[in-house]
Amino acid sequence: MDDMMFLTFLATLMGAAWRLATPLIFASIGEVFSERAGVLNIGLEGTMLVGAFCGFATASATGSILIGLLAGILGGMAFGLLFALFTITIKADQIVVGAALNLLGMGLTAFLFRTYYVSTGKGIEIAQPVHIPFLSDLPFLGEAFFRQNLIVYSTILVTILAALVLYRTSFGLTLRAVGEHPKAVDVAGRNVAGYRYAAVLVGTGLAGLGGAFLTLGHSNQFVEGITSGRGFIALAVVVFARWSPTGAFFVSLLFGLFYALQLMLQAEASVVVPYQVLQALPYIMTIVTLIVVRGKGAAPSKLGQPYEMR
Amino acid sequence: MSNKPFLRIDNIRKRFGPIVASDGVSLEIEEGEIHSLLGENGAGKSVLMSMICGMVRPDEGEIVYRGEVVRFNSPREAIRQRIGMVHQHFMLVPNLTVAENYILGQGSALRVINDMDKVHARIRALSDRYALDVRPDAVVEDLSVGEQQRVEILKALFHGIDLLILDEPTAVLTPQETDRLLSLMGDLVKDGKTVVFISHKLDEVMRVSNRISVMRDGRVVHTVDVGETNARELARMMVGRDVRMELPRSPEPAGRIVLSVENLTCRAETGLPAVRGVSLDVRAGEIVGIAGVSGNGQTELSLALSGLLPVDSGRVVLNGKDITGLDPARINASSFSHIPEDRHKHGIVMSLSLSENAILQRYDQAPFAARGMLNGRAIGEHTRDLIKRFRVKSRDENQAIGSLSGGNQQKLVVARELARNPDFILVNQLARGIDIGAMEFVMEEMLKQRDNGRAVLLISTELEELFAICDRILVMFHGEILGELPPDRSRLDELGLLMAGKTEQPALAG
Amino acid sequence: MEQVNQGVRETVYPQAAHTFYRKLSQIALSAVTPIAAVSVALACGAVLLWLNGFNGLDAITVMVFGSFQDMRAVGEILLKATPLILIGAGLCVAFRCSIWNIGAEGQLYAGAIAATLVGTSLDGLSVWIHAPLVMLAGALAGAAWAGIAGYLKVRFRASEIVTTIMLNYIALILTSYLVTGPMKDASAAYPQSARLVREAWTPRIVSDMRLHIGILIAVVLAVALYIFLQRSSRGFALRVVGLNPHAARYAGMDVARNVMVAICISGAMAGLAGAFEVAGVTHRLYQNISPGYGFEGIAVALLANNNPLAAILSGGLFATLRSGSEVLQITSQVPQVLVLVIQGIVILSVVAFAKLRDILRIVA
Repeated sequence: MDDMMFLTFLATLMGAAWRLATPLIFASIGEVFSERAGVLNIGLEGTMLVGAFCGFATASATGSILIGLLAGILGGMAFGLLFALFTITIKADQIVVGAALNLLGMGLTAFLFRTYYVSTGKGIEIAQPVHIPFLSDLPFLGEAFFRQNLIVYSTILVTILAALVLYRTSFGLTLRAVGEHPKAVDVAGRNVAGYRYAAVLVGTGLAGLGGAFLTLGHSNQFVEGITSGRGFIALAVVVFARWSPTGAFFVSLLFGLFYALQLMLQAEASVVVPYQVLQALPYIMTIVTLIVVRGKGAAPSKLGQPYEMR
Repeated sequence: MSNKPFLRIDNIRKRFGPIVASDGVSLEIEEGEIHSLLGENGAGKSVLMSMICGMVRPDEGEIVYRGEVVRFNSPREAIRQRIGMVHQHFMLVPNLTVAENYILGQGSALRVINDMDKVHARIRALSDRYALDVRPDAVVEDLSVGEQQRVEILKALFHGIDLLILDEPTAVLTPQETDRLLSLMGDLVKDGKTVVFISHKLDEVMRVSNRISVMRDGRVVHTVDVGETNARELARMMVGRDVRMELPRSPEPAGRIVLSVENLTCRAETGLPAVRGVSLDVRAGEIVGIAGVSGNGQTELSLALSGLLPVDSGRVVLNGKDITGLDPARINASSFSHIPEDRHKHGIVMSLSLSENAILQRYDQAPFAARGMLNGRAIGEHTRDLIKRFRVKSRDENQAIGSLSGGNQQKLVVARELARNPDFILVNQLARGIDIGAMEFVMEEMLKQRDNGRAVLLISTELEELFAICDRILVMFHGEILGELPPDRSRLDELGLLMAGKTEQPALAG
Repeated sequence: MEQVNQGVRETVYPQAAHTFYRKLSQIALSAVTPIAAVSVALACGAVLLWLNGFNGLDAITVMVFGSFQDMRAVGEILLKATPLILIGAGLCVAFRCSIWNIGAEGQLYAGAIAATLVGTSLDGLSVWIHAPLVMLAGALAGAAWAGIAGYLKVRFRASEIVTTIMLNYIALILTSYLVTGPMKDASAAYPQSARLVREAWTPRIVSDMRLHIGILIAVVLAVALYIFLQRSSRGFALRVVGLNPHAARYAGMDVARNVMVAICISGAMAGLAGAFEVAGVTHRLYQNISPGYGFEGIAVALLANNNPLAAILSGGLFATLRSGSEVLQITSQVPQVLVLVIQGIVILSVVAFAKLRDILRIVA
């Protein structure tokens, strides 16, 4: 019987891990695109917040989760355009601009939320789990993997798509070259700045989607600072994943597991560890990740550097 | 060969700021020949060829290709006209495979890559045809430099070029790889391609070329058929120029040994062996020169001596004290001065003032610092003194050094290093990127140092500089010291041969 | 960093008197960028407010001038300026060494925790000993918290951007654990620590105002850091490491040690700010003791062009805006978080104007 309890616990844990990993999966895969092109976007946190807010506001106005998700993506991309303008065209320091965008994202979303929504306290309908016929009835596996909402399922699609684009299209090929040897790309007749813009837009669009998941597929409300550092953790996920989309998927799942553990162990009365220890787990693991990975490793060699045209 | 030249370069000029890279170059290349461009570092060979392949646009003059005037705005346009170049710095993306590098930039950006098998097959076929041994699925960064070069050459063939320009291709190759490359060039010509071979290695040029053009100071000074010349004549054409200055020499014989290097070995930052068992002595009151084409281990030698690169084996002894492997601070404090090769990387901090740059090593020593605080008055006085004595043209000592000309920056570096009263001065490229006036001035300063009993090691690719002030000249090639010569201009061609790695000439070092 | 540093090139060594005027004009010139940046940010703020149905112009006027009602209000501004000046001046040192310490918020909490420990546990000490001891504890804890990130950078090349941010969250969670657990005041319903003993409190300047001597210490330390950076030999080495680590190594400077010194100084300043919040303002440790001073400090330092002396002014400016936004919230229901938006735009404008000036300089 104890074994059964444990299995059930494990199944719930796995399911929660995937769900909680979802925003990280989107954001980190997006950042993989951005960094592969040589652009380090530490403004991911602010971008996710914008996505979360746009998604929430649009869904509560239209009642459509799909339109909400789209708005989240577009909001993130709008923010990304600002980032790209400053870092690629104006060639300002990526870190300074990223830090500014975090403040801006935090401030703008909180400002608008307080102006329009805080007093209403109104929540929205979030995406409902879709039980996949037959599979969801499987013992253990059903609970873990086949009773999620569509946004969570879509992470697999996004991961496969991202890998295909990055490794199987001319666009992805050029993108991977841009962060490594932009001059070679220039000589081959492709526009380096254009590719960097595209990479940033893909990255921030996905970050916006990750943010929108928080309000449309997870919690039914926008809360100030709802991302609580996920944008920054995504940066570490990318390092640990060695700049690969599939790697980002699995590393995000690992971090999702930390989040899930924290939530579930908090509920367990028998656990004596203070819940804050569990709460700190993702953050501590992020630092551990950086120590384990050690230095730049496989980082794109031109990460963070603007490209000077001839 | 037809009457019309395959490619004609007519009176091309190109300036980069104050530097004239091409000063009215004219040159003709015939179809199906191997045409070598010979010249010292900075003679303008690479820039000229970059203009032909669309990397750089000329300011004046025209390029006539297959009877038509062409203007390439990008390398891509040149490749479309079947002109390709293999650069010294490879245009290969290290994290991609060979095949991926070849299709980079081809076709629509949104294209799905589904024809990789065909690409691989084409690469294999080409590779087999020229015995290049290139695997299409190899990731570039896993390949050796020699292999990467073959990948670059094959890339040009993959793009179907007819005119292949090779920029110093043998600089990074072992002798065996060089042999292989030279025979490849022959094969290409047999297949109807035309090859321009940029080099400063005489024996290689003599071995493969049909014709040779010698470049000097941004001009082609001579074009000859290979049968009508010899290495000795080419060496003289390449380096021989009117001597601009005759500096007085001290008759004093050299004194005690100040710096002694024994069997020094070290690797470059890339991990490849760079200095292979170098031994030399520098005595008080002499200037020892190290001549050599750049990239033969001189950079690593100077970095290792000054503590900026780890030493693998061997010993460096300064004033009888072993300084091998000490950190730069301790070496700096051992009466060791270093005028670095890369001024902007190591020598100065561009956005800081002249004053701050003048005390870069002595910022925490009296009189420039007392009780942890900088002494502005002493630093200012010291800097003004240096500015005056070394005639550094600047508004005042508070001006940012980055706003000065290269010559004035270098004067301040020289001033700073000499003001530290060293017993030993390591100089790498004394006069790089500076004007004639500043050059003469810093050279005279080095002579004064010698006359005051200092020991100077001068590493240079500029033979003029070495002949003007050295007491003896060592030649470095491929990480080793190949020989020693007196600074006797009548033996210039001998020096040229040594720099090109030819040691079989008899009667070295008199 | 380069483009930010290219701004104020303080002349380091005073020469004759005739350079005085040139210096004055340099200072005037270097003030153009920050003034323009703040103006742009305020204008953007006004537009944002107008778009959302507020009277933008009025609101911005209130934000800038609204908090200067009386001496007490000015005292409140200075109270807010204290942590901003401390953190901003400290971050100037880190940024000058090219260390991206984004973790001042966490270092502030580390300082606040240590200050609370020292301020609640010891008893019977004189105020002359206890109050400084609390400050010292705060500074040391802040330095140690930052030092973790510094060590990880030097030893494992772990990006300080990510580690300092993670340490922010860990410090916040640690605080939450302490005030709900081991350090919780048993008699209080709300999670908070016990009150600091009176001798540990930071002395007030005027007895009936909350303003404490922290503001004086902040100004003195900012001046001291300016002197350290511009006039001391160690500060010189630190700047060289930040500008050109290769040249620093060539000159015999210890790059790793300078990185540690720079990040620890910035951490100590943030830790001290945390100590003042506890010992000078709240007298207890709470979960949300800082409204984001650590992040605002980044804007303070960047607006000051990484000059600690100028950080006194920019810290004062941001404190004014923060106070003004509080007034604004009360009078016109404009959410106070507007200041974050202004901060973000200020940073963007600073970099944009710095680039613009570079372009103009090249053209000229």
